[in-house]
Amino acid sequence: MRSLIRTHATEFSLLAVIIVISTVLSFATANFFSLGNAFDLLNISAVNIIFAVGLLVVLIAGGIDISFAVAASVVQYCTATALGWIGGGGWVSGLLIAGSLGVLLGCVNAFLIHRFRIISIVATISTFNIYFGLLMFFTRGVSIYDLPDWLTDRVILFEHEMPDGTWIEITLPVLVMVICVIATWMLITRTTVGRQLYAFGDNPEGARRFGINIGAMQFIAFGWLGLMAGIGGLIQAHYAQEVVPNALYGRELDVLAAVVLGGARLGGGKGSVLGCVLGVLLISITQNGLNLMGVSPFAFKMIVGAIILVAITLSNTRIERLLPFVGQKGGGR
Amino acid sequence: MHQATSATVGEKPLLSLRNINMTFGGVKALKNVSFEVRPGEVHCLAGENGCGKSTLIKVVTGVYRPADGAVIEYDGETYAHMSPVTAQDRGIKVIWQDLALFPEMSVAENIAFHEVVGRRPRLVDYGRMQRIATDALGRLGVSLDVDLPLKEYAIAQRQIVAIARALVGEAKLVFMDEPTASLTQSETDHLLDIVRNLSASGVAVVFVSHRLAEVLEISSRITVLRDGALVGVFPAAGMTQSRITELMTGKTFDQHVRARPKDDQPVVLDVRGLTRPGQFEDISLTVRRGETVGITGLLGAGRTELALALFGMLKPASGRISIEGKEVRFTSNRDAIKAGVAYLSEDRLSLGLIQPQSIADNLVIASLRKILSGGLLSDDRKRGLVSRWIADLGVRIGRQADAISTLSGGNQQRVAIAKWLATDPKILILDCPTVGVDVGARAGIFDIVAKLAESGLAIILISDEVPEVYFNADRVLHMAQGRIVGSYDPRQARLEDIEAAVYA
Repeated sequence: MRSLIRTHATEFSLLAVIIVISTVLSFATANFFSLGNAFDLLNISAVNIIFAVGLLVVLIAGGIDISFAVAASVVQYCTATALGWIGGGGWVSGLLIAGSLGVLLGCVNAFLIHRFRIISIVATISTFNIYFGLLMFFTRGVSIYDLPDWLTDRVILFEHEMPDGTWIEITLPVLVMVICVIATWMLITRTTVGRQLYAFGDNPEGARRFGINIGAMQFIAFGWLGLMAGIGGLIQAHYAQEVVPNALYGRELDVLAAVVLGGARLGGGKGSVLGCVLGVLLISITQNGLNLMGVSPFAFKMIVGAIILVAITLSNTRIERLLPFVGQKGGGR
Repeated sequence: MHQATSATVGEKPLLSLRNINMTFGGVKALKNVSFEVRPGEVHCLAGENGCGKSTLIKVVTGVYRPADGAVIEYDGETYAHMSPVTAQDRGIKVIWQDLALFPEMSVAENIAFHEVVGRRPRLVDYGRMQRIATDALGRLGVSLDVDLPLKEYAIAQRQIVAIARALVGEAKLVFMDEPTASLTQSETDHLLDIVRNLSASGVAVVFVSHRLAEVLEISSRITVLRDGALVGVFPAAGMTQSRITELMTGKTFDQHVRARPKDDQPVVLDVRGLTRPGQFEDISLTVRRGETVGITGLLGAGRTELALALFGMLKPASGRISIEGKEVRFTSNRDAIKAGVAYLSEDRLSLGLIQPQSIADNLVIASLRKILSGGLLSDDRKRGLVSRWIADLGVRIGRQADAISTLSGGNQQRVAIAKWLATDPKILILDCPTVGVDVGARAGIFDIVAKLAESGLAIILISDEVPEVYFNADRVLHMAQGRIVGSYDPRQARLEDIEAAVYA
């Protein structure tokens, strides 16, 4: 147990912070502490979690990606247009098209980074501008509202009325999110490729000496994020019931902040799916709680920023040292 | 002296290299080198930086392909060149100087990492990796929690993890590149024991180290390279450190005690009862004008912490420091520099010099005030200051604007010293000034130190190599566990006695 706490200090402390904030909120507001609200939170956070686990893979491999959110917008547009050509389609064809387009856009980043040795932040800032510029140029900023019915109809997989009158709902976005989370978790912890990604992010030169294919690592990491961005983009269109070209603009920094909050390290080799999900949830819970408390939405960003600063400072000062029940172990540093 | 070898003379060699030539961009890195290792022997590869040791290791492990005509015989087969995969499969392992480990990953994964590379992508078998790791550590007689991330362990244990990794699978020939560079004496002893056990179990070890004492202690034979060519192969029995140095550099070094009496000189630095609990206790010492005081002791004895306190970077809990009779209290190293203290840090590569920047910029960084002209930095003044120090210290450079990283270790160290001299210090603290400097260039550094002392500078010379302080200081202080436990006059004490006290 002790060693579990030591090796998962970030996850435990995030959980602790979430519990503290939730407790405070449940006293401060009437509606927060209900299952209905909890499931609402999941529905709201689904898209961000899908993005976050994708970005996590890139961070673990030692890269960073600024372009994925606008890439998701590009995917939304192209998918909506392609679905129009093929006469409507359905969830299967929709996910296939969105996923493939996402992978393609992710691979453009990997290609630039690997082939021309451009550092990932510069490469993806460039593609961020290129993708967004192209999108605004070709769409002239016009939104698409006439999406196929299957895409805009809410899909409720499970619903149940609670004794307190609130409704528990599990919607399609949550199911897709859960699948993406499990798939990413499998990839990075259970497959040899995933461990190579960690090793590559941790010590690129060491990984190279082991004969790890560096190019393949970049394409897998950015391709995976592309896949998640594509899927997330389609789900966001479903959730919003429209495609607005700049709807996801700026989302990349929110997601990046949540992933780093979840313990991933800019520089690679570190991060977990659980931490990443908790990071997104912590921010959603805070926003949701502030909302219920009637705090002005203009204050949200400021408070979320402060929470991120506090959390990162704590994790830099080795959270396990702040937890009284974890003793120092001999042999370590 | 222990002779750790199970090999007998005349036995068929495990590895035999002949006609090895290697050229990089017109520079011959290896000239017709031959090299031989017997099964189960501990063989030392000696030579200065850039003599071709690493290149030779990379030829044997298949990283480099030697020029045509090369013959590599290994364990009954002949190759024109190796490939990394063949070398690995046939039991040739390397422990690189930088270890090539993954700090964020578990000990088990670090040791059994080959389990997740190569072949087709598949699921990871953590149980199997844990067994492999526990097994490999068991063979070394070490037990670590294999589930903890490697970063939880100190450098000595990481070194062991790197060795365990090399032993996974069948290892017949293990190369160790500077394995003791960052270990303390007792950790080094433990490592040497492991090497002896490996040798006894039939694994041949090729050992590369700058520390000649341990080379003599551990190896049965020594191959010396100089400028990419073979100097010869010598049995370790009957060898001395100074003889190896001569063979490595091609020069003879006449070492003599430089100590002179300085008692008539005024005291520049006076330290009384300086204490910082857990790091150093009750340190009292004086350094006179023109005097060089040597401080030696094992890693972790508190030498560097003491130096940092004198330089204002660590706050002592009690005691006092006086410079030229005036008590000083430093709140930061800026105060110390102003008071005339200069500190040349132990870690020149990462702390002392800014590697990508130019020689000139590195040299003036601590004395920018002097090259101001009308409140702005003056290029003319900078050039003048740099030229003067380059000439004074005999630094061999191309252009002042070249990056510092283009210089050899010895020349970099001269620039680092010049950087501090440019601040006009009264007290110069040199913390292990010869780390990473070739044997040949070390003498040059100490010539400079002697010249500086002659000009009136008070010098504190810190080194974990006792001979360095013995030959170059006027007085030798021995630090252990944060205290000064011995004081010697090199003109009266014998080197062997001091060494015995320090390494005991």
